[in-house]
Amino acid sequence: MVEGKELKIEKIRNGTVIDHVPSGLGLKVLKILHMDEDINTSVFLGIHVPSKKMGFKDIVKIENRFLAPKEIAKISLIAPSATVNKIKDYDIAEKYSVPPPGEVIGIVKCSNPNCVTNLNEPVVTEFRVVLTNPLRIKCRYCEREMEGKEIIHNII
Amino acid sequence: MIPYAKGKENDFLRGKILATLFFEPSTRTRFSFETAMQRLGGGVLSFADPKSTSLSKGETLADTIRMMDSYSDVIVIRHSYEGAARLAAKFAEHPVINAGDGAGQHPTQTLLDLFTIHNSFGTFKNLRIGLLGDLKYGRTVHSLAIALSNLGSKLYFISPKILGMPEHIMREIHEKEKPVVTDNINDVIGDLDVLYVTRIQKERFPDITEYMKIAGSYRVDLSLLEKSKKDLIIMHPLPRVDEIAPEVDYTSHAKYFEQAFNGVPVRMAILSMVLGVR
Repeated sequence: MVEGKELKIEKIRNGTVIDHVPSGLGLKVLKILHMDEDINTSVFLGIHVPSKKMGFKDIVKIENRFLAPKEIAKISLIAPSATVNKIKDYDIAEKYSVPPPGEVIGIVKCSNPNCVTNLNEPVVTEFRVVLTNPLRIKCRYCEREMEGKEIIHNII
Repeated sequence: MIPYAKGKENDFLRGKILATLFFEPSTRTRFSFETAMQRLGGGVLSFADPKSTSLSKGETLADTIRMMDSYSDVIVIRHSYEGAARLAAKFAEHPVINAGDGAGQHPTQTLLDLFTIHNSFGTFKNLRIGLLGDLKYGRTVHSLAIALSNLGSKLYFISPKILGMPEHIMREIHEKEKPVVTDNINDVIGDLDVLYVTRIQKERFPDITEYMKIAGSYRVDLSLLEKSKKDLIIMHPLPRVDEIAPEVDYTSHAKYFEQAFNGVPVRMAILSMVLGVR
């Protein structure tokens, strides 16, 4: 992140850094965290940043905001390579990698418009993970399979 | 079960109540479930018309299920949404049987189809089974194709290209043995032990003349059967329109009425099993 001696993206004091996001998916990460709607904190987004590990990556920093387990699960759907760092007083207090989940519950809408979970029923969506790389999930109700962009597009 | 299905008296399910919730129209499935329950000495609750239920007042399916579950010992449901039976099972304490969910599955139809095939041949292994007609939207052929591929049958998918077997079903089948896919029944009729015919629905075609042309070329009649094996059986989930000529009814190939009857003993067996009577 340092070029010469000048920081390109500011360090944050407290909050969350989502690193190693595949290049091009940083905006999607902000979207699924609903950081495109009601922003009341500073957000920094690096797109196409050189990375030793990945060639290029995106990086997201959100000040004074910590992620709930459900939000980390959402990130794992679109960026299983990402790491989530909890920052306290400029230091990494906790670090999580986000392995793909065994099941996907309540965070993705079924893409089948005729699935019973798209009726106004008191249930959350449930998907079984059929394949992890590339991710393919199967609705436990209608048995429709979803993958790739279709999953990202339907994150609640 | 067959003697009981034909009327031999018993009281295996006396005192038990079946609720049939058909949110979509049905003749055979509903009647055969109701007959099955009554032949076993049980009672049946049902509504004449889904429009007369509180669902039409905006009640959720979940609430309807909770209520009917408290009035009965087992529920049979048909609904236009995929996954409806699974949702019902989540909210019911008693067993729920799927009698068709949208374009999803129709598992009790599959069981009676399998029963009919097994009655004729005593096995599924290496049987050559052709599924003819609308393979895209027909839920009965989806469940059946998956079951038969698991049982070692050789499958033939015969349909107009635009009504071919959906990708996700092909994916579940391909892993075992690649089915033969063709749009011409004449090419494969001589190979088959079972020909399972389904209706090609007019409303799937934007152009009526296109429908007429296609529907005509999939008609099963005596001249087609001249090329078939002698012991070929012809099945159909019914209702048929004109995809099987009435003259075929009088040949030894015709199994579709026996197949429809088999809905009773098979559903009797299912009801007994889920209610803990063997």
